[in-house]
Amino acid sequence: MSATPNAGDAPRIAPWNLTDLVEWDRRIRDKAAEFGLDCYPQEFELCDHTGMLGYMAYSGMPSHYPHWSYGKSYEKLKTLYDHGVSGLPYEMVINSNPAIAYLMRDNSILLQVLTIAHVYGHNDFFKNNFTFKSTRAELTIEAFKAAAMRVRRYVEDPSIGVEQVERILDAAHALSWQCRRNLAIKKLTPLEQMARAEDTAQGQSDPFQKIHARKQIEAPDFHKVPLEPDEDLLLFIRDHNPFLADWEKDLLTIVDEEAKYFISMMETKIMNEGWASYWHKKILESLELEQGLHLEFIVNHNQVVRPIPGQINPYHLGLKIWEDIYRRFTNPTAEEIKRDGPPVKSGTEKTFEVREVERDASFIRRYLTEDLMREMDIFEYEARGEELVVSKVADEEGWREVKATLIKNVGTNSIPVLKVEDADFGQNRTLYVKHYHDGRDLHIEYAEKSLNYLQRLWGREVVLETVLDGKRSLLCSNDRGFSVRALK
Amino acid sequence: MSGGDTIFREYRISDAERSDRSAGDRLRHRQKVRESIRENIADIIAEESIIGKDKDRVIKVPLRGIKEYRFVFGDNAPGASQGDGDSRPGQVVGKTGKDAPGKGDEHAGDRPGVDYYETDVTLEELIEIMFEDLELPNLERRALREIQADYSSRRKGYRKVGIRIRLDKRRTAKQRVMRMLASDKRIDAVARALEESKADRELDTGVEGALDEIALEEGRLDEEALAASTGAEFQRVHRRFPFHLNDLRYKHVEIDTKEESNAAVICIMDTSGSMDTMKKYLARSFFFLLYQFISTRYRNVEIVLIAHHTEASEVTEEEFFHKGESGGTFISSGYAKALEIIAARYHPSLWNLYAFHCSDGDNFDSDNPAALKDAEELAGICNLFGYGEIKPLGSRYYESSMLNVFRQIQAPNFHTVLIERKEDIWPSFRAFLAKDRVKEA
Repeated sequence: MSATPNAGDAPRIAPWNLTDLVEWDRRIRDKAAEFGLDCYPQEFELCDHTGMLGYMAYSGMPSHYPHWSYGKSYEKLKTLYDHGVSGLPYEMVINSNPAIAYLMRDNSILLQVLTIAHVYGHNDFFKNNFTFKSTRAELTIEAFKAAAMRVRRYVEDPSIGVEQVERILDAAHALSWQCRRNLAIKKLTPLEQMARAEDTAQGQSDPFQKIHARKQIEAPDFHKVPLEPDEDLLLFIRDHNPFLADWEKDLLTIVDEEAKYFISMMETKIMNEGWASYWHKKILESLELEQGLHLEFIVNHNQVVRPIPGQINPYHLGLKIWEDIYRRFTNPTAEEIKRDGPPVKSGTEKTFEVREVERDASFIRRYLTEDLMREMDIFEYEARGEELVVSKVADEEGWREVKATLIKNVGTNSIPVLKVEDADFGQNRTLYVKHYHDGRDLHIEYAEKSLNYLQRLWGREVVLETVLDGKRSLLCSNDRGFSVRALK
Repeated sequence: MSGGDTIFREYRISDAERSDRSAGDRLRHRQKVRESIRENIADIIAEESIIGKDKDRVIKVPLRGIKEYRFVFGDNAPGASQGDGDSRPGQVVGKTGKDAPGKGDEHAGDRPGVDYYETDVTLEELIEIMFEDLELPNLERRALREIQADYSSRRKGYRKVGIRIRLDKRRTAKQRVMRMLASDKRIDAVARALEESKADRELDTGVEGALDEIALEEGRLDEEALAASTGAEFQRVHRRFPFHLNDLRYKHVEIDTKEESNAAVICIMDTSGSMDTMKKYLARSFFFLLYQFISTRYRNVEIVLIAHHTEASEVTEEEFFHKGESGGTFISSGYAKALEIIAARYHPSLWNLYAFHCSDGDNFDSDNPAALKDAEELAGICNLFGYGEIKPLGSRYYESSMLNVFRQIQAPNFHTVLIERKEDIWPSFRAFLAKDRVKEA
């Protein structure tokens, strides 16, 4: 133990001390190890409500670069908290090695125990799920700190200053989620892309060359930039806008790296919360709590994982699916055996495998069953005029579509896919970006403003191809302003 | 389980205080909010909802400048969410734009509407920002006709003469000690003592002790304490040192006069048949701004509302803005009424007078000379007198105008503005007050 209790320092409401926490933590860790959880070393920090609001505003990071949007976020959180609209989370944990979690000092001992168990669930998930492999957890804190120092230096630099830094950051924030979603897929270098283009052009070797005409090989155009459509908008601009200063390029890199760090969280929200809730439940049930504490646990647990009509509560949905997986592989019904065959793995094996290789979209697609959807009454809604109306429910004909809609709204699927197609459109250094339309139109006001930001960073005209009300359209943003025109 | 022991970091107040890390970003955010309000001030004040509301009223101001935009899906994207057990197709579950279900997490990529942002400001704050935007220096005080209305007394400094009750004993005693130290007699005494001390070391310490004691007395500066603590050596050096008339110090009290500044805003509006709702609304907005502005500059502001067609009468606010009249227009009637009220209630030597007249300029030709004469008279006694001609777009070409007639008035504090649409209100208002500024300078 490196921390020593010094309770005399601050008045405390909750009747427990640090020694209690250490003891509970030891018991919980033993249980977690026994269940097979595999965690990073853990650090807990006790904080008060302002501290917690502060961490929430900065996504939990102990240090983060300054930007007014975090001040806005803090004010918003504080207003909601002060007016009792939303409470504070019991904990907050960030993906780093060692994992850092914040505990509210005014919580009761039971809440601390519950939270600690919950945190170990997240910790295990961070360490083992494949989406987090690219986040370099052992460098997280240092990377954020280094970025914060760099941004502060630019702000303090008399030749740059806060206005200039904000000019770039505002624009970069607007585009930050327009990046690669699946970081496990390697991005090809331009050379590799060329090689691939060459291979594709040559086509497959034809064993019957002699009996039919040789196909003409079309040489791929290696002058095109980019060779393949590029999703990393910020990085593309950084690498292809020659007029950016070094500090501007650095800001784009910082924002892109942060977005990529949080993409993993976004992609696994339901799984991750479900997994942590699944384990805090198991661990607390195995701790043989005395009756008073046990009742308090039941109340709080149910509060967290309750279904919220009109929303998707990731704690509820996640926990339901995890429990269902475990049940189907441990104790399947006769009907399920008939449909899926007898389980080849134990429930524990299966759950640990799933936590490693899935993310929300695939997790729901594979493991949210029709029965479960019906039990949870998941429905699809759409806007009709002023109102949101239920369009499909999880009945026999509709459940697949409802599920497809649900999948479209989880993780990065709720963000439109935009790719840079051409950096020199019309030989005019116009940036041509294409929206990969999947039936959902862009919100036009937001598209206009975001396109303005894109133009600000690119420094020349930008055009965005999209579909509006079924018509292919081109949104243009240039010095003369914003315009929309229909494409044939 | 891998890794070492879990680390617990105890809560420390010092950390918690340091952890108000968002302070800088919050400040920057608030600056942006204010900037945003300022940029949109012309739109905000043109909104009908704020006109005529009282000062403490909270207004929701939509903030456009500080929204965080991203590429997001629009309204035609269906969502999925959980029901309460018996959802049926066709059931209404919410409204578009707000409370949209299906927002499981708070990451970006959410629908717009989450980021809708408006802030609450009181009307007073808004007015303050408005006048900041005007970039008017505070009106010169000398321009304000002030009368002494209030007395209060305040202590300020000390005097050598005064009445007995204000005698400051502490300062008086201090003066005596100072004089004592400065007096020749005293210096001689110390010098003598020092000479003696060369012969006798013990005596030396004695004199030193006396000096210390005097220093101590100086510190205490209290007459009684002084008397009580006088040591033997002190007595020896210094038999008697009475108070002198010059030692006496009296507290000085100054009488503070507060200047009461009075202003009367005289709003004259044409309510003839040709003034339609739109014209009245424009007039009303202008009067509102004028009243608010004057209120920020004077402590006591009275408002006089005069409605006129061919005849003028003083009316209540309700009647002023809502009552429709009909018939022709004699502008001079309104001015005559204003002059009459000023003569009766607001003497120009005690009151700052601001008069403003709104009309569509559709006056009977025969009345023009009389109107001109009265207008000149009004300009003569008012700090500022303005005429606003309200001509909704296009109508200026076929209706007669008073602007040409009033061009003959030479008074520097007379000003005419043309208001064609609500966007003109703010610029005209600025222009109107700019005239005032010229006069002050």
